[in-house]
Amino acid sequence: MTTHAIELRDLHKHFGKNEVLKGIDMTVDPGQVVCVIGPSGSGKSTLLRCVNLLETPTKGKVFVEGVEVTDLDVDIDAVRRRIGMVFQQFNLFPHMTALQNVMIAQQRVLKRSKGEAEVIARDNLEKVGVGDKCDSLPGQLSGGQQQRVAIARALAMSPSLMLFDEPTSALDPELVGDVLTVMRKLAEEGMTMLVVTHEMGFAREVADRVVFMDGGVVVEDGAPAQVIGAPQQERTRSFLRRVLHPEE
Amino acid sequence: MADQPKTAEPGRARLSPRKKQQVSRGVQYVVLAAALVAVVLYADWPSLAQNFAKADVAAEALPDLFTIALRNTIIYAVGGFVLAFVAGLLLALMRLSQVRPYRWIAIVYIEIFRGLPALLIFLLITFLPLALPGFQVPGGTYGQGILGLGLVGAAYQAEIFRAGLQAVPKGQTEAARSLGMSATRAQVTVVIPQAIRMVIPPTTNQFVALLKDSSLVLFLGVSGEYVELAKFGNDLASQHANATPIMVAGLTYLIVTIPLGYLASRLEGRKGRTP
Repeated sequence: MTTHAIELRDLHKHFGKNEVLKGIDMTVDPGQVVCVIGPSGSGKSTLLRCVNLLETPTKGKVFVEGVEVTDLDVDIDAVRRRIGMVFQQFNLFPHMTALQNVMIAQQRVLKRSKGEAEVIARDNLEKVGVGDKCDSLPGQLSGGQQQRVAIARALAMSPSLMLFDEPTSALDPELVGDVLTVMRKLAEEGMTMLVVTHEMGFAREVADRVVFMDGGVVVEDGAPAQVIGAPQQERTRSFLRRVLHPEE
Repeated sequence: MADQPKTAEPGRARLSPRKKQQVSRGVQYVVLAAALVAVVLYADWPSLAQNFAKADVAAEALPDLFTIALRNTIIYAVGGFVLAFVAGLLLALMRLSQVRPYRWIAIVYIEIFRGLPALLIFLLITFLPLALPGFQVPGGTYGQGILGLGLVGAAYQAEIFRAGLQAVPKGQTEAARSLGMSATRAQVTVVIPQAIRMVIPPTTNQFVALLKDSSLVLFLGVSGEYVELAKFGNDLASQHANATPIMVAGLTYLIVTIPLGYLASRLEGRKGRTP
């Protein structure tokens, strides 16, 4: 039996009386790109945040590379080191330059030397196309540049999988492409990726699987051609109609 | 539009609002001018100068005014400020702790020390050796003054830090934790540096407040080389039965506090730059 990169078993999450996740079973295999789509409030982001325990599941189990992270004895900081996360709001550290943003966790968490961290940071910033912005503060960068620095920051930790929480939703439309290009490149390199997104084009082209969520449950899970191209469920169809043809 | 009346009741000769404002402004100038004339005519200028601005008494204040009094004021204020800064940060972290008893302790401390007059704290400090036989505040008179200012300042500084810590977006902690930083590491590396930047302007104001409160050292019964500006002015004033030294001490405070206040508002204006 191969080990899944991510496995969710009967995952539940309540915020007070509000039941956001109502029993999710799902797997992501190593090297796979899985896109989670669905209307806002469907629990997509919460699901993603349960994987690295930014949210603590109310019930159910989360396994990352075979390790049950919901087990209280697990060193969650060690698990998170292997999971890169990219946020909708970038969450760069505003008091540090782009380079420092990418170096800090390498030095403080992985205990890499300053020199080594800097080489790796520059490599990754170069890779995402902002190699010339090393000395800029986040406030001096466009949203698209900030998000790419954030991706470099996650990559510098050499994660074995990456979580993307609506990475292009806060961007001006003309900046979305740059970020998607970087993500596409990562996917081609074989990075395991779980992506919450509204970019149907990206999901259709890049994803190995698309998961449609609504009301805290997985409604459809399959190849993009199936879920986006030929959805079986009425809920999926009506969501896609609204997303793909908002004018009608 | 054209046939609309100029005032609500065109029949009566009421002043338009702008005319009214003009008249009101005129009256204000007249009142001010009258008050000035009264002061100039009726104040006993020679006596005022004699009692509040006597040159030879002022000259006598030098150089001790700067070498002892101002120096000590700064020692008390800076010492108290350092204590308040460290204790305030600790209290703010306790105030925001997950552990409820820490929160309670911080709340009780902050409420008590913000609620009591600073003078009362200083008076209590003078009674410490009575209450705790054999206990001495380390650092002697300086220690006592710094302790008093630090105890009071910590409560205010804690609230400043709390506001600063809470103003750092939650996403910052999440990003730090998602990179594998522990909760403590995330606080130290990511949250606290940002919070400190945000609280620089209110903290500067807080320092000015402490600097002024250092005058309460007067009530510790200090003397000689430990006197600060207020005590120094007061002693010299009693000695000469003349208020000039108090005026001189006041001016010396202003030399320090006004630039600091100006600096604080400058910093405040710049604060918006940080996202």
